[in-house]
Amino acid sequence: MRFVFKTSYDQDIGLFRHEGQRFWYALLAVALLVAPWALSEYYLAQLVLICIYGIVGLGLMLLSGYTGLISMGHAAFLGVGAYTEAVLSARGWPFSLSMACAVLLSSATGIVVGLPALRVRGIYLAIATLAFGFIVEEVLTRWEAVTGGNSGLSVGRIELLGWTVSGTTQFYYLCLALAVACTLLVRNLLRAPTGRAFVAIRDSEISAQSMGIHLAWYKTLSFAISAGLTGLAGGLYAHKLRFLSPEQFTVLQSVELLMMVFVGGIGSVHGAFFGAAFVIALPQFISVIAAKLPAAMGSAAGLQATVFGLVLVAFILFEPLGLYGWWFKARTYLDLFPFYRRGMFRRQKAFQKSDRLR
Amino acid sequence: MSALLEVEALEMRFGGVRAVAGVSFSVEQGEVFTLIGPNGAGKTTVFNLISRLYTPTAGAIRFEGRDLLGVPAHRVARLGVARTFQNIELFEHASVLHNLLIGRHVHRRTALWQEMLFTPAVRRAERAFRERVERVIDLLELQHHRDSLVAGLPYGVRKVVELGRALAVGPKLLLLDEPSSGLNVEETGDMAFWIQDIRDDLGITVLMVEHDMSLVSRVSDRVLAMNQGEVLAQGTPAQVQSHQAVIEAYLGAPAAARGGGP
Repeated sequence: MRFVFKTSYDQDIGLFRHEGQRFWYALLAVALLVAPWALSEYYLAQLVLICIYGIVGLGLMLLSGYTGLISMGHAAFLGVGAYTEAVLSARGWPFSLSMACAVLLSSATGIVVGLPALRVRGIYLAIATLAFGFIVEEVLTRWEAVTGGNSGLSVGRIELLGWTVSGTTQFYYLCLALAVACTLLVRNLLRAPTGRAFVAIRDSEISAQSMGIHLAWYKTLSFAISAGLTGLAGGLYAHKLRFLSPEQFTVLQSVELLMMVFVGGIGSVHGAFFGAAFVIALPQFISVIAAKLPAAMGSAAGLQATVFGLVLVAFILFEPLGLYGWWFKARTYLDLFPFYRRGMFRRQKAFQKSDRLR
Repeated sequence: MSALLEVEALEMRFGGVRAVAGVSFSVEQGEVFTLIGPNGAGKTTVFNLISRLYTPTAGAIRFEGRDLLGVPAHRVARLGVARTFQNIELFEHASVLHNLLIGRHVHRRTALWQEMLFTPAVRRAERAFRERVERVIDLLELQHHRDSLVAGLPYGVRKVVELGRALAVGPKLLLLDEPSSGLNVEETGDMAFWIQDIRDDLGITVLMVEHDMSLVSRVSDRVLAMNQGEVLAQGTPAQVQSHQAVIEAYLGAPAAARGGGP
């Protein structure tokens, strides 16, 4: 059982709630720093992908989880970032500059896509962003002079301040640093007035407006930041894959990204990374299982998509808070031990509540 | 000296329906002014017009002598007008503290880049916000619920949280849309005390819509009765309650007065 005695407002403002949390995050940081020595090349590459997907997750979480705007076209921002980085680095631009361009161009695209968000919500916005996803996919395929069309585009190494990033280990550190920086950025925003404005818009636009929040500005801002983060991840993705083609940025990819934040746990920063880890790990898990299944099932074409779909449905039905929900419950159990009650997180209807039965 | 809020010949049509038809009144600094009237009288529409959720078809609204109709909805709060809603519009999936902090949004002075880096200026601002919010929490006795999610709170507490969020804005004029609806007798009593405290101790002018006549006569300085978008009577609670037109609007005219009969 842990008691957190609050003696200063800074305890609520700070990033960590108590010393214990500080300790565990330090431990996690050390583990991530020594990972290249502990893990094989293959697993390190998976960790790189988790970092990249995690950054996308952060962006999408900010937009869908915190501002309540659903985007079905996030793979397009990933594509814009990836192709910008690929094209500019091929022309010999330094990494920091080409990456900045990738982020800015994605942000600008995000603002344009965000315009319908000022008028429509929910399913209509999903359709609008879906259409945008198709448009970008089509542009990437047809604009052969720049993107190479269906024959693809190969991507060179990263040149960073006269230092060539070569090998998985160095690239891993670069991705890790950027992932940490993005996480801090998002966390900072969320504990500041801007982040609260996002949450306000998600929960009630009408009262957000009455509290003085400029809806159009904050929705556009949310799209811009979300797309910018996704563009950044896109740039890294380009260097990770070393070869880009339009079919990596399809609507199916967008759906997978959206699923990532839902399974991770909508409305939590942890969820972005849990979801990323899940999306990376699940195909491996499926291939292990598939080997044990009879050939007719194991090698069936739609196995992966089916499992993904089932998992998503299961989470929405049984654990709407996703993996973060599990994590949160486990943490609460340990924090409250031995006073955790089984019904603690049972969903209640408002009319079943009363002051007397607390 | 001019009134804090002046409403002049306000008219609002929704298609063929005249929800508000030529309503004029003025709210003086430091009073509790109440709008009463049967359902569909247009009280909430007047509220929505003042908080600029709707634009009136005719008429004028002035706040501190300034034309409110030239101000977009999200600017109204910054001028010092905060409101609550009839059916509670809280940020459900955020804590009580978080909800109240959103009330401080109009006082945001930090730039986006500062917030991204969480510079010392942002931290100072956050501490100042928290201090103001804690004062509201103390006033409304919400300490117990500070960290609970709004979605898990009983109705009565939510109502108080919404009042608190409006107070956190630090308004000059507070618009309360049916503050006692859904509250039990005890909670309504608390609400009456708070409204009095808000007027007397915080010096905030209150404009409210209310049905509970005991609450109305307890806290209101002046009352305006409406029916079908028009003003019926205006004056002290006792005057309005005994006004012939008001009694007729609520209870119907006696058969003789209608000139009817079987």
